[in-house]
Amino acid sequence: MPRVQGFKAIVIGISTGGVETLKALLGALPKDFPLPLIIVQHISPGSGRGMADLLDEVCDIHVKEADEQELPVGGTVYLAPADYHLMVEQDGKLGLSTDPPVNYARPSVDVLFETAAEAFGKGLVGVVLTGAGCDGSRGLKRIKAMGGIAVVQNPEDAAASSMPNNAIMAVTPDYIVASADLPRLFIKLSKSE
Amino acid sequence: MTTTDEIEEIELGLLLDGIAKVYGYDFREYAEASLKRRMIQWLSTSGFDSFGQALPHILRNPVIFEGLLRGITVNVSAMFRDPFVFKTIREQVTPYLKTYPFVKIWHAGCASGESAYSMAILLEEEGLKGRFRIYATDIDREVLSKAQQGIFPLKEMRQFTHNYQKSGGRSSFSDYYTARYDHAMLMPSLKEEIVFASHNLAGDGEFGEMQMVLCRNVLIYFKEHLKDRALNLFHSCLADGGFLCLGTKETLDGRSIAPYYQEIAPHTRIYRKRYA
Ligand SMILES: C[S@@+](CC[C@H](N)C(=O)[O-])C[C@H]1O[C@@H](n2cnc3c(N)ncnc32)[C@H](O)[C@@H]1O
Repeated sequence: MPRVQGFKAIVIGISTGGVETLKALLGALPKDFPLPLIIVQHISPGSGRGMADLLDEVCDIHVKEADEQELPVGGTVYLAPADYHLMVEQDGKLGLSTDPPVNYARPSVDVLFETAAEAFGKGLVGVVLTGAGCDGSRGLKRIKAMGGIAVVQNPEDAAASSMPNNAIMAVTPDYIVASADLPRLFIKLSKSE
Repeated sequence: MTTTDEIEEIELGLLLDGIAKVYGYDFREYAEASLKRRMIQWLSTSGFDSFGQALPHILRNPVIFEGLLRGITVNVSAMFRDPFVFKTIREQVTPYLKTYPFVKIWHAGCASGESAYSMAILLEEEGLKGRFRIYATDIDREVLSKAQQGIFPLKEMRQFTHNYQKSGGRSSFSDYYTARYDHAMLMPSLKEEIVFASHNLAGDGEFGEMQMVLCRNVLIYFKEHLKDRALNLFHSCLADGGFLCLGTKETLDGRSIAPYYQEIAPHTRIYRKRYA
């Protein structure tokens, strides 16, 4: 089943309350994980850089808040800053905006996914994890339309199931997995050429 | 074979070329991802099927162009956004500003004026009433006339009040506005200290000497070349020892004017221009 296509990046959407899931997932990835991971987590405007610092502390892989015009590299996790949309520019660099919220969210998963789909095409893995609402569904659809693949957390395994459920209704995911199996899947995908 | 996505890309490029030539607004130097999102959003509500179809109408009809312009510029803002930045201005910048007989501040890309009014409130509270002028500029004339009115949705006041308090506000935020139906009107006297004017960072020139320049969450929309253009404008009008305040995700790191500046407190993106 796994199409051999040489992935360039993994984008992840996860909502409020996903901290533990993220900690376990990122904590299980090796320091030299070859792909960049770009993440939108819904957080409240005042949260500051706390989350990136906290995750960086407990993970081998480097976790940082995304900066604008930054070129994402392997072995690094980029988190959307609170109160900004995170995007991928056509040249693969990261971009930020204070455009109005999308799906009541800023950062919004759809904004990241749709722009990343344009930039990375079939080199993209889109991942929707635990969360309430439907943010990420439209973006995941775009990722698949551009030739990338879709991974969704098994709703039964998720603390909040509506984001994964909506994603599964929007696209036929290439993988539906429990969060505990994500690190192994990521490593496998990162090795496909 | 060219795909429809590629054709859309080409049409978008032609449209931006045309707009630059006809109207003098050059959006080719804007970061693409967010610009394209907003253009597509405009297209979906415009009644046109494609940028190609819209192109001659936009180039020939200024009214249609104005509509597009409004869709392209992003005017979201908030009063005392990033309260810790305003707290730092209050505690570490105003003591210097007070040493001048009169203080001039340029607020570039002021949108509907939220942070220009925030600065006016802050400076009055710090004892500078009657001794400062804020020049608040934006490329979007429509949003400037909104700023000029100083009327904001009442439902935003809760967030603004919260921000104001966290920024070290000295009185009660409700002293600064009167509520009417679902709107809040800011105290008219605040307006007397602000001059709203149109100014395009991508085309227009500099102002007179300023003690402080604020330009927050505007440069993130610009590509490198336009970023530098704007920063050079700010640099050329800032007095030695003056302050440059950018958005919290904007930095001088790696920019040509960086050697002349020092950030006054970590992560605030408030820079002080060194004495020559
Ligand atoms: C996201 S708003 C920032 C508002 C405010 N400074 C803040 O931090 O909340 C960006 C503003 O920049 C303005 N802008 C965009 N391009 C511009 C240009 N070339 N010259 C001047 N203003 C521009 C837009 O019209 C918009 O009002």
